[in-house]
Amino acid sequence: MMASASFTSPNPADALIEARGLRFAYEADRWVVDDVSLRLEHGALAALIGANGSGKSTLIRLLAGLRSPDAGEVFFSGQPLKGIPRKRLARSLAYVPQINPMIFPFTAMEVVLTGRSPYTPRFRFENRFDVEQALEALATVGAAHLAPRPVTELSGGERQLVAVARALAQEPECLILDEPAAALDLKHRAALIRILRQLRDRQGMTALMVTHDLQLLDPAFDRVFAIHRGSLLAEGPPGKVLRDEVLSRVYDDPKVRARKLEGRTFVWSGT
Amino acid sequence: MDASRQVPEGAGSSQESNASSPQRPGNASPVAPRNLVRPLILVLLFLAASTLVSLWVGYRLLDLSLLREDETARSLFFQLRLPRVVLGGILGASLGAVGACLQAFFRNPLAEPFTLGVSGGGTLGASVAIALGWGINLAGVPMVFLAAFAGSAAAVLVVYWLSRTGDVVMPGTLLLAGVVVNLIASAGVILIQYIADYSRALQILRWTIGTIDVVGFDRIWRMLILLIPGWAILLAITRDLHLLAMGEESAASLGVNVRRCERLVYIASSLIVGVAVAEGGTIAFVGLIIPHAVRLVLGQDVRLVLPCSFLVGAGFLMLADALARTALPSGELPVGAVTAVIGGITFLGLLRRQRRFSAI
Repeated sequence: MMASASFTSPNPADALIEARGLRFAYEADRWVVDDVSLRLEHGALAALIGANGSGKSTLIRLLAGLRSPDAGEVFFSGQPLKGIPRKRLARSLAYVPQINPMIFPFTAMEVVLTGRSPYTPRFRFENRFDVEQALEALATVGAAHLAPRPVTELSGGERQLVAVARALAQEPECLILDEPAAALDLKHRAALIRILRQLRDRQGMTALMVTHDLQLLDPAFDRVFAIHRGSLLAEGPPGKVLRDEVLSRVYDDPKVRARKLEGRTFVWSGT
Repeated sequence: MDASRQVPEGAGSSQESNASSPQRPGNASPVAPRNLVRPLILVLLFLAASTLVSLWVGYRLLDLSLLREDETARSLFFQLRLPRVVLGGILGASLGAVGACLQAFFRNPLAEPFTLGVSGGGTLGASVAIALGWGINLAGVPMVFLAAFAGSAAAVLVVYWLSRTGDVVMPGTLLLAGVVVNLIASAGVILIQYIADYSRALQILRWTIGTIDVVGFDRIWRMLILLIPGWAILLAITRDLHLLAMGEESAASLGVNVRRCERLVYIASSLIVGVAVAEGGTIAFVGLIIPHAVRLVLGQDVRLVLPCSFLVGAGFLMLADALARTALPSGELPVGAVTAVIGGITFLGLLRRQRRFSAI
């Protein structure tokens, strides 16, 4: 770890998500996540960056409790994640997967309403309050007009917004997103980041998002984690991570350049 | 099935008010909460109508006055026609519900017991039992049922094992594996028929086509010993299936225990299909078209589609069997052939109508 050691809080119970020595392998002895320890503080808007295949998606699945690490442990609000009942965890932690193909033409509303399932009993349909919550979640991402449309007819970006709305309908403390910006156009990318910032400012929501779009990070994000071949290579505020010498190691590419312009950091690589 | 299409347009999409939540006039949200009451009434009406029709028609039309006076007519009705209609209902309900379950679980609109090889495996298991003359019961459950259950379970496991790589079930491989397992199973059945003695071979042949001759209620009670637990499992995991139909990972993040749900789907579907196949032979396409028809009328919500497929499947197979009993001036048709023809043609129609929605 290069730029570590800038822990803002001395009290370990303060982190919303804390990972200690996480390791994970799909095949024996090929660690996709190799000894990662990190802390995601309450109310932080954080990004996870890294090259393709560096283990970003696997790492956030471990953090979201969708997979169990082979070694190490994840703590959520100081509690071991694996000890928290699934349904209770789903009320505090929402996960937005990368776009998955939808086969059945569920309406966007039906999809967002499933975000209420951690709150509804198994044999009960969602009630009027749940419907209102779902509509509000759709409105928050600016997709209220999509409610009655079948998701199979939506564009990739629209579907992504619906997936974010579903996560918001869970009323989570923490949002974990796997490349939510990938299918979004310029305007909607910016809008998504604005929404995440608003949620942080108003409700203190914490978010961790995997992204390849490095232009989004500075100054919008509080914290950036950079992963390289399964290990945490750097972490810190965007200004500290988005630097030539750090990024060229993160991406194994000496041509990566990061420059500040009008208060933002722009990143590119020589072609 | 046919009746369910005569339902007024939009009956599924306009479930505004309901008994459980009071309507607030002037403040109706664009999408009102779901409930099961209206669709259930609709579907029960269809079921009642098809029960009456299929009790009415047959070798002779039902004559109520004769039924009151004539002992023979009464015994024919209660020992032959009534059990047969009930059996048709049970089989149709089972296949319809399992079809809805498998389609949601595998996120594949072409999944059903027949296309996934589950019926094939059950047929092979039951054939072995028939050929070996296992007429005995084990704790009240005929060996044929258990053998068919084992065959179905083996088929599900093989198909699923072949089509799953890591976290992904490949839809193409799933169906291909199902077809191949079916082929292997039917080759096995043919081999058994070839080796088995003449009368048993004929018994297997007649049974594989899918007929629902039954005398009395004894077999039906024995079936229910295994079927009711299977049905109960399906109903218990309906909400999980609804979430899984939208994606495994998102379902997991909403608190669904995917591994446990997977095991329950295996157990329930092989239990139900095994018993259905052991008693009724291969009755194709019911599990495929019934959920599709229900979705066309009621929408995609699996929590509606699965229970309604159960009831509509029951009505549909009763009607199909009534047709099988009466189509020929003398004798009757195997109901499996009737459902394959009706089901196949209806399915093509559904496919065409639904083409613009999704990538089938």
